[in-house]
Amino acid sequence: MKFICLGYIDAAAFAALPDAERHAMMDSCFAYDDYLRANGHFKGGEALQPPETAMSLRYANGRVVVTDGPFAETKEQLGGIMILEARDLNHAVDLISKHPGAKAGPWEIRPAADLGEMVRESEARRRARRPA
Amino acid sequence: MAESPADDLHARLDAVYRAEAGRVLATLIRLLGDFTLAEDALHDAFNAALERWPREGVPANPRAWLISAGRFKAIDALRRRARFDAAHADIVDTLQGAAAAVVDDELPDDRLRLIFTCCHPALPPDARAALTLREVCGLTTEEIARGFLTSAPTIAQRIVRAKARIRDERIPYQVPTGAELPERIGAVLAVIYLLYNEGYSASSGPALTRVELSSEAIRLGRVMLELIPEPEVLGLVALMLLHESRREARVSAAGELVLLEQQDRSIWNPTFIREGVALVERALASRRFGPYTLQAAIAAVHAEAPTPEATDWPQICALYAALLALQPSPVIELNRAVAVAMHQGPAAGLALIDELVRRGELRDYPLVSAARADLCRRLGRREEARAAYAEALARARTEPERRYLQKRRREME
Repeated sequence: MKFICLGYIDAAAFAALPDAERHAMMDSCFAYDDYLRANGHFKGGEALQPPETAMSLRYANGRVVVTDGPFAETKEQLGGIMILEARDLNHAVDLISKHPGAKAGPWEIRPAADLGEMVRESEARRRARRPA
Repeated sequence: MAESPADDLHARLDAVYRAEAGRVLATLIRLLGDFTLAEDALHDAFNAALERWPREGVPANPRAWLISAGRFKAIDALRRRARFDAAHADIVDTLQGAAAAVVDDELPDDRLRLIFTCCHPALPPDARAALTLREVCGLTTEEIARGFLTSAPTIAQRIVRAKARIRDERIPYQVPTGAELPERIGAVLAVIYLLYNEGYSASSGPALTRVELSSEAIRLGRVMLELIPEPEVLGLVALMLLHESRREARVSAAGELVLLEQQDRSIWNPTFIREGVALVERALASRRFGPYTLQAAIAAVHAEAPTPEATDWPQICALYAALLALQPSPVIELNRAVAVAMHQGPAAGLALIDELVRRGELRDYPLVSAARADLCRRLGRREEARAAYAEALARARTEPERRYLQKRRREME
């Protein structure tokens, strides 16, 4: 099963860490990512640039409204996402709870949804609507 | 169609997985001292087999091979982890020291340790069932959640907490001995019984039964039977097999509930009945039997009756009386009342049920009103029957139950 794991981080607190601690933290995170890769659990992922680089789009009153920054206005911000291959939810929890990044901020684990059937139905609808 | 060698090997590996995964995992937990590490090691070992068996052939003792491979994979994994967590370095040393001598042909069966640990009384009862299904039966969190009609995160939480509890309270990974054993066997049988019951008669939802839970319960019961052939273990397996023999007959093609009286007895499973009856007889002969054996004996009397009229009701009433003496319970009293109604007539049964109700027992148990309604109907007390059916309907838990009760209530109009 695929799980999308969202890792949150308090960027200000992380930046305030002494260099040695921050380096140790990052080294252990990357080492664990390598361990996940070596065992076929890491199916992709990216770290995110800080929240001030984000844009948010929302549809309102018939048009798209664009604003600065991410939606959530909390101390912890999304720091990165990972696509994780795990046998089941408990296996995903086990894998992520060993991630050193879990010490820096919370993670959210969401099973990936299979929209295959929905996409096929939608394709059929769109084909039917197309003039012959 | 000729199977290619690769298909053949895949089929072989699947068969090995089904037969051995439980035992391999149980042994790995003992060797590694950690549930999660052992689960990963189990899967790594099967991946290694998938890769190497096509080249090297299936080993003579696949189980020993898998345990050995799993242990080495775990040591590798710990070594890699030790690079970013110093705490793992010590474990690697200990494991390597203890390693080589352990695997031989005389491997003990560790499944019992695993079952007893998962059903430990220090764990909350709902966690015991979830943990047993995942660790002993190999179901995924999502499958367990579907079985219990709850969300995967709910089940995941139970499992995470239960594992933490095993670790924090240092629940020993062993089969209890001496005075503790009977009580602990009781706790394991209770979990198996709960799983079976949940599968036999779903407590809610669209379907009447959930076959996956029942078959896992029977599988677990058989493991217990193989390893601890105590009378009550025999009794519980017999009970499950005898109830299981009627699975096909209990639900009509349209998904409707079919009561014992109306069931087509020709589709009862004769293999299950033979095996169940033989087990009950062995358990009864031991003279050390308990409630599971008595319930199985009651089920056996039903199973052996060729027609509803031929049922030996006096025998069933006597068995219920013995059961009640051993394990006083209002639910058993209710069942006995129904048996008495069959033996001595509906009025005698109704008197027993009304007595139960007067004592304020089973106020919310849906089957009380259903049984009362049925006896009133047989006595021709239509008004009372209608009211009791309505009451039963309000408490019914599954759709087929609801439809059955609605049909009966309409007949009383």
